[in-house]
Amino acid sequence: MIQAIVFAPLLAALIAGLGNRMIGNTAAKAVTTAGLFLSCALSWPIFIGFVTGSAEAGVTPVLQWVQSGTLSFDWALRVDALTAVMLVVITTVSALVHLYSWGYMEEDLDQPRFFAYLSLFTFAMLMLVTADNLVQMFFGWEGVGLASYLLIGFWFKKPSACAAAIKAFVVNRVGDLGFMLGIFGTWLVFQTTSIPEILAAAPAMKGASTIGFLGARVDTMTVLCILLFIGAMGKSAQLGLHTWLPDAMEGPTPVSALIHAATMVTAGVFMVCRLSPMFEAAPVALAFVTVIGALTCFFAATVGTCQWDIKRVIAYSTCSQLGYMFFAAGVGAYGAAMFHLFTHAFFKALLFLGAGSVIHAMHHEQDMRYYGDLRRHIPITFWVMTAGTLAITGVGVIGVFGFAGFYSKDAILEAAFGSGTELGTLAFMLGSFAALLTSFYSWRLVFLTFFGKPRWAGSEHIQHAVHDEHHHADDAHGHGHADHGDGTAGYHPHESPWSMLVPILVLSVGAVFAGFVFNDTFINRESFWNGAIFYNEHLIHAMHHVPLWVKLTPGMVMLIGLFIAWNNYIRNPALPAAFVNNFRQLHAFVYNKWYFDELYNFLFVRPAFWLGRQFWKIGDIGIIDRFGPNGAAWVVARGSGYAQKVQSGYLYSYALIMLLGLVAAISWVMVK
Amino acid sequence: MDGFPILSLMLLVPLVAGVACLFADAKLARNLALAATLVDFALGILLWASFDIGGAQWQFVERAPLFAGFQWALGIDGIALMLIMLSVFLMPICILASASIEKRVGEYMAAFLLMEVLMIGVFAAQDLFLFYIFFEAGLIPMYLIIGIWGGQDRIYASYKFFLYTLLGSVLMLIAMLWMVNEAATTDIPTLMAYDFDPRAQTWLWLAFFASFAVKMPMWPVHTWLPDAHVQAPTAGSVILAGVLLKMGGYGFIRFSLPMFPEASAQFAWLVFALSMIAVVVTSLIALVQHDMKKLIAYSSVAHMAIVTVGLFAFNVQGLEGLMIVMLSHGLVSGALFLCVGVIYDRLHTREIDRYGGLSINMPYYALFFLLFTMASIGLPGTSGFVGEFLSLAGIYQVSSWVALVCTTGIILGAAYMLYLYRRVAFGDQKNADAAAMPDISAREWLMLAPIAAAVLWMGVYPESFLAPMRKDIAALDARVARAAPLGDARLKLSEPTKNAGHAQDEHAAHGEAH
Repeated sequence: MIQAIVFAPLLAALIAGLGNRMIGNTAAKAVTTAGLFLSCALSWPIFIGFVTGSAEAGVTPVLQWVQSGTLSFDWALRVDALTAVMLVVITTVSALVHLYSWGYMEEDLDQPRFFAYLSLFTFAMLMLVTADNLVQMFFGWEGVGLASYLLIGFWFKKPSACAAAIKAFVVNRVGDLGFMLGIFGTWLVFQTTSIPEILAAAPAMKGASTIGFLGARVDTMTVLCILLFIGAMGKSAQLGLHTWLPDAMEGPTPVSALIHAATMVTAGVFMVCRLSPMFEAAPVALAFVTVIGALTCFFAATVGTCQWDIKRVIAYSTCSQLGYMFFAAGVGAYGAAMFHLFTHAFFKALLFLGAGSVIHAMHHEQDMRYYGDLRRHIPITFWVMTAGTLAITGVGVIGVFGFAGFYSKDAILEAAFGSGTELGTLAFMLGSFAALLTSFYSWRLVFLTFFGKPRWAGSEHIQHAVHDEHHHADDAHGHGHADHGDGTAGYHPHESPWSMLVPILVLSVGAVFAGFVFNDTFINRESFWNGAIFYNEHLIHAMHHVPLWVKLTPGMVMLIGLFIAWNNYIRNPALPAAFVNNFRQLHAFVYNKWYFDELYNFLFVRPAFWLGRQFWKIGDIGIIDRFGPNGAAWVVARGSGYAQKVQSGYLYSYALIMLLGLVAAISWVMVK
Repeated sequence: MDGFPILSLMLLVPLVAGVACLFADAKLARNLALAATLVDFALGILLWASFDIGGAQWQFVERAPLFAGFQWALGIDGIALMLIMLSVFLMPICILASASIEKRVGEYMAAFLLMEVLMIGVFAAQDLFLFYIFFEAGLIPMYLIIGIWGGQDRIYASYKFFLYTLLGSVLMLIAMLWMVNEAATTDIPTLMAYDFDPRAQTWLWLAFFASFAVKMPMWPVHTWLPDAHVQAPTAGSVILAGVLLKMGGYGFIRFSLPMFPEASAQFAWLVFALSMIAVVVTSLIALVQHDMKKLIAYSSVAHMAIVTVGLFAFNVQGLEGLMIVMLSHGLVSGALFLCVGVIYDRLHTREIDRYGGLSINMPYYALFFLLFTMASIGLPGTSGFVGEFLSLAGIYQVSSWVALVCTTGIILGAAYMLYLYRRVAFGDQKNADAAAMPDISAREWLMLAPIAAAVLWMGVYPESFLAPMRKDIAALDARVARAAPLGDARLKLSEPTKNAGHAQDEHAAHGEAH
């Protein structure tokens, strides 16, 4: 059965991708969507089996892969509770995104290719989460990277999309460098790449050994875990290697929902949880994870507060939420990390698809400055976006009911505080502040988009749309250009088709109920995980007994964030501009994403091209060629020039040389 | 298959066809060449099928004394088998890729067929001088192919190619003469087990190194390669990248390592240093190229550096990895040159900026190009990954520094290849003539699809290729074990202390700084 789940998307991708124009749009879309719904339908029973405790973890071998001396790894599909969680997340969101794309990509000329890429991505992601060894995980890891590259660059005519695609791949490769070295090191230490075997042997290695790395001797588990985590940082866009994620929004919106929110970017979190017994043997690495997670969570939230592009706001929000998951893992609350991954997949996919619906309605305008008052025009989208916002900001009443994020985010913050370490407390504080910002930017998005007066007239996209419409209207009715003083420019946004609304509505069910239903399973039930992740019972106990103010903090900061957003964007819309004027430098710093792109451009990109030119023009041509082959040729040419002069053809000069030679030979013999 | 001289037959078929081509007209010469290479490929499959995995080390052995101790001695082990398979697999594809050749077709085909004879001869030779003859004679047809059927600067390129490769050969010949004198045999298997005095090994190793490093090519004797590739016709580039570069690696694995293990260990730092420089420097150079073929040529140098570090890792992973890298690179860079050839045939320029948006008018071409690009940057599931991963895993055991520097190749490789792909296949259509190019023809499908299949096969189930070589590599590993360095990354359960591998590591890092 697991083979069907994993390989159905691959098969569908091949049919749609290679068949392409031969089989036509509808066939390609039907095949891929059907494949995904099949995978999804087969995945839920597995997950429910684990929830009810009737399923057993197991491994299904597929094919031998590589065997080289003691280094060997095979293709195999592993299913346990952790995989089961990922299976339902991936297949559900992917199936819904496939369906959604029927509507969203309706007018695209290249639909089979798009659906083939989506299915290919799903296959790679499923290979990643079912991996039984580190190398197959790396296969999936790179496979999703490829699919991400292709989908970001799907509209490859746009230079910005191409640049974003390359950036995503190359930045991820920086992380992969760490991952690969981590695999080598792990294999060297444990003599296996099999994950269960490594995890079984890891606890005994805690602090017990050192390994040589770059000329120094360092604690084995620390260096291995940090190297592997660098891989996770790349894929999950953590601080330092996060720069590709906002640019990845160049891809079509369904892609952002599936890959850059719900599934691929959570691969790093999955990896840390999968290898949690290994990380538990490396306290320093865990501290590193906590710090990076907490900083990312804070950093991305600040940047999210002042972006204008609706997708970029959600992208930074994703980055920030991933930070939560990492510091949860860092303090040892792997269950909470996975729980947030699970709920986040639903509400973030919902937010992205909702944003897609808004963008669809607004004729591809993505700038929120040109939105406003949309709740009356696209009411269904408004309500589902509100549900998503309630979920991400974590609205709920303790002990009664809450939206998805209420449970998972609270669990993370309580675990961070409950861990009792200084870093845990730091993560709690940064996380709480980020929660305030989350609430602020999420409501800001809703208020800017759905409330206030229409500001559509300023948008070029809308103007184009209106122009086209009038053009048609002129032909039909012959009436002239009307002047619209209400900011709508005469544009009428339309609600999206049902193929788009149904997936959003389904996801909103998840965003509303996923937390309430599965809270106990993910956080409190060791029997559910059954060894799939490291389960720290002590920490679970501690997090249930944090002081009341800690439990109330997330709710309080959420309300403060909501109030500020309401105050700034509904009650007094002139406030933000005044604020920006007062804090110009701070705003510029945050607005420009802390200048990471500029810094990297200065440090890496431009020097690489400059060095390349120097090595080529000066190194290869100026030195090696000049003194190598060209030099040799020059010497030969000069030498033969002299030789030519000697061969003058005059008898007397030959006779002279003969004579001199004879004299020399005789003297040599006599002297000897 | 006992007693049947299949290797001689594989040499004879292209030789006879090549001579015939000289007297045939263009059409007949093409068909003759295609037929002969296909027959050789079929013989190759027969060879592989009847190769006894786990049997004797040397199989299909033929011995016939000729004169003065010089003998016709052929025979192969798994390593040679795989390289022969690579050669006979690529040859029919090269003939197919030569459709645009119109000048002196008969001679062209003859040169290619002679090339095939010599390539198979190099990998099958069991006599030192026979090997030398095949090895050096391989220069001649390639020199002619570049010099006659090449591009604008073909004369400069062919001389540069000749000059570089000849330099090393002379030193190697002297070393061979000394070795034969010392060991009193020209038999390669015997020499592989002969223990030369370690002091003599130093000089012998350096002499062989001069030849193999140029063929490889290693930095800084690589500058002939970009010029040769740029000027060579498409099929010439394919053979050059696909098989000729592999002769250097084969030389190292057949001669330098087993015959001079101590010297190999002694000079490992030199190889590591040059390889690390090659990975970084040539990758950066590839990033700024405007000429497609030059870019791929520079990427070859970077990939071959992974081969050389794998060679001197002194362990099974490094050795098996480098063999897969060689096979994979033979397929992938060959295929990339074919991809360049496909669009060169249509537009007659290699200038990257003249193209753009080819995904629109040539979607299947873009798909193949993407696959080979991904294989080149070592995406798991393609052949490139398996080789790179094993080689780097091998070197990590010796030095984490070398592993780190060489692994940066995966970042830089992605950068220059994707940048190339972006400029050729992505973007909008800038030039009307490039936008009007038709997608690949049936003939081009026949060239690219088999390579694509082989690349994926080697990536998903490399066991087919590793199995025949396993025993030979284990034997080689055992042979060099006595000189193997201690790794710097080794696990220590006690308190940290300095170890022997560390010193080596510093050498490597030091060498890089020069």
